[in-house]
Amino acid sequence: MNGFDALYVKAKDRVQALSELPSRKEESIEQMLEGRGIERRDFMKWAAGVTAMLALPSQFTPLFAEAAKLADRVPLVWLHMAECTGCSESLIRSDAPTIDSLIFDYISLEYHETLMAAAGWQAEENLDNALKKYAGRYVLLVEGGVPTAMNGQYLTLGAHGRTGLDVVTQAAKSAAAIFSIGTCSSFGGIQAAAPNPTGAKGVDKVVSQPVINVPGCPPSAANIVGTLMHFLLFGTLPALDRYHRPKWAYGNRIHDLCERRGHFDAGEFVESFGDEGAKDGWCLYKQGCKGPYTFNNCSTERFNQHVNWPIGAGHGCMGCSEPDFWDTMGPLEQPIKSHLVMGVNSTVDKIGTTLLTATVVGIGAHAVASIFMNKNDEKKG
Amino acid sequence: MANRRVVIDPITRIEGHLRIEVEVDENNVVQKAYSSSTLWRGIELILKGRDPRDAGLMAQRICGVCTYSHYKAGVEAVENALGVEAPYNAKLVRSLLNASLYMHDHVVHFYHLHGLDWVDVVSALSADPKKASELAFKYSDLPIATGTDELTAVQQRVKSFVDKGQLGPFANAYWGNGTYKFSPEQNLIALSHYLKALEVQRVAAQMFAIFGAKQPHPQSLVVGGVTCVRDILSPTRLSEWREKYKIVKDFIDRAYQADIVMAAEAYGTEETVLGGVGVKNFLAADAFLLNRTEHLFQSGYIKGGDLSQVFDIDDMKIEEDVTHAWYKGTNRLQPYDGVTEPEYTGFVDGDTVNGEAKIIDENAKYSWVKAPRYDGDAMEVGPLSCLLVNYARGNKKVQTEVGGFLKRTGLPVGALFTTLGRTAARMLQTKLISDNAITIFNSLVENIKTDDSTYTKFEIDPSKEYTGRFIGEVPRGTLSHWVRIKNGVIENYQAVVPTTWNAGPMDANGTIGPYEASLVGLKLEDPTKPLEVLRVIHSFDPCMSCSVHVMDMKGVELSEFKVNPMSSGATC
Repeated sequence: MNGFDALYVKAKDRVQALSELPSRKEESIEQMLEGRGIERRDFMKWAAGVTAMLALPSQFTPLFAEAAKLADRVPLVWLHMAECTGCSESLIRSDAPTIDSLIFDYISLEYHETLMAAAGWQAEENLDNALKKYAGRYVLLVEGGVPTAMNGQYLTLGAHGRTGLDVVTQAAKSAAAIFSIGTCSSFGGIQAAAPNPTGAKGVDKVVSQPVINVPGCPPSAANIVGTLMHFLLFGTLPALDRYHRPKWAYGNRIHDLCERRGHFDAGEFVESFGDEGAKDGWCLYKQGCKGPYTFNNCSTERFNQHVNWPIGAGHGCMGCSEPDFWDTMGPLEQPIKSHLVMGVNSTVDKIGTTLLTATVVGIGAHAVASIFMNKNDEKKG
Repeated sequence: MANRRVVIDPITRIEGHLRIEVEVDENNVVQKAYSSSTLWRGIELILKGRDPRDAGLMAQRICGVCTYSHYKAGVEAVENALGVEAPYNAKLVRSLLNASLYMHDHVVHFYHLHGLDWVDVVSALSADPKKASELAFKYSDLPIATGTDELTAVQQRVKSFVDKGQLGPFANAYWGNGTYKFSPEQNLIALSHYLKALEVQRVAAQMFAIFGAKQPHPQSLVVGGVTCVRDILSPTRLSEWREKYKIVKDFIDRAYQADIVMAAEAYGTEETVLGGVGVKNFLAADAFLLNRTEHLFQSGYIKGGDLSQVFDIDDMKIEEDVTHAWYKGTNRLQPYDGVTEPEYTGFVDGDTVNGEAKIIDENAKYSWVKAPRYDGDAMEVGPLSCLLVNYARGNKKVQTEVGGFLKRTGLPVGALFTTLGRTAARMLQTKLISDNAITIFNSLVENIKTDDSTYTKFEIDPSKEYTGRFIGEVPRGTLSHWVRIKNGVIENYQAVVPTTWNAGPMDANGTIGPYEASLVGLKLEDPTKPLEVLRVIHSFDPCMSCSVHVMDMKGVELSEFKVNPMSSGATC
């Protein structure tokens, strides 16, 4: 527990520091909770849920509650670049129940084009004010890739026609932390797929400040909110993997915790969508599931308040939280041939995960072996 | 005095990036209007050379708000090309997903994107919650979230924002504008529904995810069918869908419908919402398979606002014009002959009512959106078009719903051809869909008693060339996707999207599209705070990243499209 103890001390210091900052609001969160008919018990339940999701011991639960109470100290600025607004939509699906929305109310949402009432000059004014007033204190969240070709002019924002590139680099300068929400702002996303006509890039490629990537197309509301909570609690970047994704969310392979994993191990594969194996929930590897190459918590967290997820609905994972997945994982409904047949070859490098070579060999060999086992045929026969 | 220019960029509370400019005269009446999308992504170009089975998942990333629309369109365009017929179960599930999508999307649009154009949040603070609670019964027999205690809590919640000057997303808006017409009590009712709708939309998204895997960006459709066979065959999942459906439908019946009736009463004489339909041609496609023989909505178009005649769509007559769009060329072309090369010319320096800015040069190119034309005419698409076409077609369900609304509000048919009418039409369409979604559900339950097939196998012959398309109705209007497959991969791909029809710039003849035409004649109270413009534009429900696309169709002849799309791609 030494590691956790150190983290705990750090978090406690952080909460202490936050509590010493002058509040921008007079109402305490207790008053607010009471005013909105939410009991402390529900609030603590939510804090416990977040603690568990971040894979921290329960001793952190009160600290989360404490950090959430102090959340009004952190203004948020959310920018839209080359995007489809799917990540914003995912954000508003957040629940737990209704308390996440409460947290977002309470975090001061200074700028968010999809949700804000002001438009045009008044909207721009809100952004300018927030960047000045909260310099060094606001959290910047970016949705969408940043077009860089043609000097960034494939995206302009505001009455003065500033490029998205200009807006995001300026906003990054005084941010306390920067989160790239979704695969587009993390890695460029769909518009960066070959031939990348607009030179779209992830935010970390165009700003010099450190960036936390929260990829997914879109990421679950739980991953977006959890990342914010981590920052509020610790005031530092979470432990990150090589693609700067928080390990608590992206530390496990989809495949390793997949509900269909038993069928993979047993060599029971869906041979065609809608077949008997599909009806029985067998493994989707042969239908192109990229779970073995993808790092995310979908297998445990699912989406829309745990209602479902792609593999649950009988479609393979397409690897949407991995860099360049549109180019490296396609065709999306077909296994990566080189892996299935050859085991390992040069394409492994392109997959862009922290896969161990042995795993790839294992999967390839296993799938080949399973052809001989062919349980599905046995069953039909 | 010369006209003065007003620039609104960004138009917020929409999907994507939109700039609107208007020129007002000395009385602040709009004389000219320009619509410009300020982002280009080139997704259709990216689709080239990909596996056709990936078209749906990639095209879906055009938009995360009308998520699913482009997924289904991409999958069905490829099915149409390959001649693959998805099983009846799959068609019903797709129809059910579409119904779930509309029930989510239209509610979020009205309350969270459009609502603040109608509802003055600050005014709600001076309401008497008890009076408001009683008033709610005027618009619904069983109002929702309008008890005195609930309204009091809502009021306190918002009051704490205002008192501390921490308005968050409500900051610096247009509160107090004279064209806000709700009484404080009406504002409070609507504000309570704004917050309740945040909760309900989560349920609507869950309802979608039961058969869709997740929302936004579902992942349960494939060329040939659907993958969610276990969800379909599970009685638990079916019940779960129905229970969530009831919650959402309840909100639509008791809140959304009531609030539109309330708006019709309060805004029935407000001039700035009684214009807003400049292009009086309306186009719509078939939508919502209810059972083996019936669709909820039918296709067609009407011209000049004349409801006495409906014409069948001939897709040979669809063309796109790039005279004022940032693409090379000035010709009006059939979609298949379009060019890919962007030609960005940007904005010019100019004066506006808010000071110096970059402004549109209307004589040059000024938007990433093209200007689609049908037989040379601009067309409006969307819920209003859908209802008008079906009303004119004699669709009994639509006539009954629309007729009932007009009777209840005392509005004439002509009131439909307005900004208010467009916003009301979206609610009426949601109501029709939510009332009929259970029919789709029952058709599915009935069919799985004897048939559990969800997928049709197919093969793509690399030596053959395939062409096909989807055309159907999605939340923002008529959508079509066009695909050509050669050597086993996508040779060409194109989407003609609802917001393209509505938001396109001027064409070579100087004919303007629905957005631009809707603003001419609109009087602004204060041009530096142009709330009236936002209200009109939001009534279309803009979806900008949908609307901007690039074409790379190299002279595919229309005759190559072998299936009549009006009768085939019609399961949405």
